[in-house]
Amino acid sequence: MEIPYTVTARPDTGLWNAKVGIWLFLASEVMLFGGLFSAYIFLRLDAQPGFWPHGLLNVPVGTMNTAILIASSVTVVLAWAALKMRQYAKYKFYMALTILCGVIFLFVKLYFEWPQKFDHFGAYIKPSALEKYEPYLGNKHLLSEGLPPRVEITGHLHNHEALHDPKIKEYEVGLDPIYTDPTNKEMDRPHFLYVGPTEKLAKIDKADVERATMFVPSHSAFFATYFTITGLHGLHVLGGVIVFVYMFLFGGIIYRQNPEHLANRVEVAGLFWHFVDLVWIFVFPLFYLL
Amino acid sequence: MDAHSHAAHDPHHHHDEAHEHHELGFFRKYVFSTDHKVIGLQYLVSGLIFLFLGFCLMMLMRWQLAYPGTSVPVIGKILQNVLGPGALTNDGAGHPGLMTPEFYNSLGAMHGTIMIFLGIVPVAFAAFGNFVVPLQIGAPDMTFPKVNMASYQAFFVGGVIMLVSFFVPGGAAKGGWTSYTPLADIADQGPTYHVIFNGQTLWLIGFIFLITSSLLGAVNFIATIIQLRAKGMTWMRLPFFVWAQFVTAFLLLLAFPPLESAIVMQLMDRVAGTSFFLPSGLVVNGAQVSISGGGSPLLWQHLFWFLGHPEVYVLILPGMGIVAEIIANNTRKPLWGYKSLVLAALVLGFLSFIVWAHHMWLTGMGTVVSAFFQTTTMIISIPSVIILSAFFISLWGGSIRFTVPMLFATAFLPMFGIGGLTGIPLAFNSADLYLHDTYYVIAHFHYIVAPGTIFAVFAGVYYWYPKATGRKMSDFWGKVHFWPSLICMNAIFLPMFLQGMLGMHRRWYDGGQGWTLATEKVWGLSGFHWNTPISIAAWVMGLAQIPFIINFFWSIRHGEKVDDNPWEATTLEWTAPSPPPHGNFTTPPVAYRGPYEYSLPGRAKDYTMQTEPVQPDERKMPEPTMSLSH
Repeated sequence: MEIPYTVTARPDTGLWNAKVGIWLFLASEVMLFGGLFSAYIFLRLDAQPGFWPHGLLNVPVGTMNTAILIASSVTVVLAWAALKMRQYAKYKFYMALTILCGVIFLFVKLYFEWPQKFDHFGAYIKPSALEKYEPYLGNKHLLSEGLPPRVEITGHLHNHEALHDPKIKEYEVGLDPIYTDPTNKEMDRPHFLYVGPTEKLAKIDKADVERATMFVPSHSAFFATYFTITGLHGLHVLGGVIVFVYMFLFGGIIYRQNPEHLANRVEVAGLFWHFVDLVWIFVFPLFYLL
Repeated sequence: MDAHSHAAHDPHHHHDEAHEHHELGFFRKYVFSTDHKVIGLQYLVSGLIFLFLGFCLMMLMRWQLAYPGTSVPVIGKILQNVLGPGALTNDGAGHPGLMTPEFYNSLGAMHGTIMIFLGIVPVAFAAFGNFVVPLQIGAPDMTFPKVNMASYQAFFVGGVIMLVSFFVPGGAAKGGWTSYTPLADIADQGPTYHVIFNGQTLWLIGFIFLITSSLLGAVNFIATIIQLRAKGMTWMRLPFFVWAQFVTAFLLLLAFPPLESAIVMQLMDRVAGTSFFLPSGLVVNGAQVSISGGGSPLLWQHLFWFLGHPEVYVLILPGMGIVAEIIANNTRKPLWGYKSLVLAALVLGFLSFIVWAHHMWLTGMGTVVSAFFQTTTMIISIPSVIILSAFFISLWGGSIRFTVPMLFATAFLPMFGIGGLTGIPLAFNSADLYLHDTYYVIAHFHYIVAPGTIFAVFAGVYYWYPKATGRKMSDFWGKVHFWPSLICMNAIFLPMFLQGMLGMHRRWYDGGQGWTLATEKVWGLSGFHWNTPISIAAWVMGLAQIPFIINFFWSIRHGEKVDDNPWEATTLEWTAPSPPPHGNFTTPPVAYRGPYEYSLPGRAKDYTMQTEPVQPDERKMPEPTMSLSH
């Protein structure tokens, strides 16, 4: 038994099977990420003033990752074009580049961006204690400017054990720049280039703190959506890389039987890859820039 | 052209084909099969088992509703030994087998989940779709046979996870099949529960597998219908069943992913401590929870019902498709209004995406939003009514053969009608405020799904059984199955309308015993006392399924042997051998005409198959006689 139209197009639809399949699959993927992005919109619109942080992500690194992903979308098209011209060596080269881009993207995400967040600390101050930390927060100034208040103090946590040890009564935080000089606009987020916590220490009494966590998903609605969406996107990148690695290693077997078949497969995987790229085009401005 | 290019590039091609005629081993043939018919049967058998299991959960609940505070006889003791004292305890008299409120909630939640996602969708959509659709469009198989296999396996894993959740500490999910947050977020959590192996978390994980399964299935169905239609099988020559499956597949494809995103978020809430669905300042057991807050419980409801409402049409459309085939076949005349049926199904599919918030009248969304969804909900009843009317008109003037499939198909019509019409009060938000979450709602949607879709499923099983096995199921035992089922269905669900209008809430653990609302009398019994006859009807209906089960298995070997087209039907699946071999057709079929050419004038037979070429003089209309000319 043979399934028709696996490689050649059906005359009246003009499509081969996998192409129909991948477009349908991508339609459902649009709905999947659509659900997550609508959650982002819902939660962001619902957020209380001051509870949706800005400028916590590293814009140059994100920009670099965006560029890498777009470049990989180009190389995968070149790999497909090489196959169409029956230049297998060139296909291998461009496929290797694509895989490399995907791996770099994941590497940056998992070994640089996420750990930097996990290492950052934030403490939400109780409304009753906001007055006490006014020198760090500068809320009077913000109020006069008509800006939303600051309710959280962030920075590098020096006594990490304070998170778990109830005997330690205060957090020692190396402050992020803005808290050292809260009325100075220059110090405020977002910084285009990453600026780490300063050496200036602040002691925050645990009794004054509503919640204190590292920048993990449970930190806030912002980080919950950030980690969920970028995590799911990262899984998609990983899936794409695995498929590409398979095509890179074993594509020759299909190529020798029917080069058009391999070209079709690369086209389908490439369409998926473009979609993954497109999702990132939404993720980047929503989380890094807006 | 296709075969040519293959032969050019693939010298091993013929060699491979010769190999396929070898007998496959048991595992390749029945367990890891890529044949759409075997996969269809796998879905059918597992789906029917899950349907029965879901029904058993309900029969247990009916005991608690009819006789609250007393132990379940016999089974209660066994269950208490298996599931432990957290699920069932000793009653006041010291007898074991009294179910706890938590266990009752588990039963309710899992009844809904199992019936919908592990029972009806796999049977009505996946089983019949897999088995029948490729045959009806004249395809050798589905477009992606391996994906098809993966779809079943994902379903199987999801089903196993759901079943396993009964045996973890704390028992299966208790949040209802809707798993509303914030309750579902905080359920089954705390020091006595495992982070992953608790009912609600397993429910979520199981769901991810089920969604994956239906996603793979939906892609496959749509691609198959677009790509693999036989020569001459144009869109308007597709049987209505194929159209129904086509629309259903689109609903699954586009409506399930938003729920999947919601499930990922709820999973994050439960495992990673996020607050997607938890509002700020949430208090549990008198203490404020340490969460970031800022989440929205309403978000879950929106995402859930964005699936939940199209899901309703996922449940009913395949049933309508089955009924259409059987009605045309047994009235021996063309289905009335084929084009309007197709159009109505497409409109139904589209509209089902913009009515979801009518499940949420009580949340206080605001009048503008309510007015919008109330309007769309009113509009969506139009295509449903078109479909039902077309079926009724199809019966008109036919010389109906009341075969067993036809009995079920005919019963479907008024039952679905009752279900649909009783939904209209719920569509108005002012009326729904009163009826929301009562037994009225239960009765309404069960009329659509139970004597509606499940009857259509039974009709389909009886109808296509000869194609799958080459033998017919017993007519006599079919009727023994049909009549008690029909009577019991109505005995169960009609009184529930009364109970609901008395204000009985759908989640009451004690059947409304202690509530004044439910003590009011109607037709001689109080709302509470109506529980007893309903429960008895449910148990009798359980017994009435035994003839079906026996008939189903007995007929595989001992049923009456029949030829390839026992019902004298017109569609392509009846041109294939029974059971169809791997690859289905001995020669690729060609379709020359529409799907329902019954009782064509001037023919010896009263049915003309789609594969019969059109004769040159066939399409000429007979000259009108004098008496009809004006």
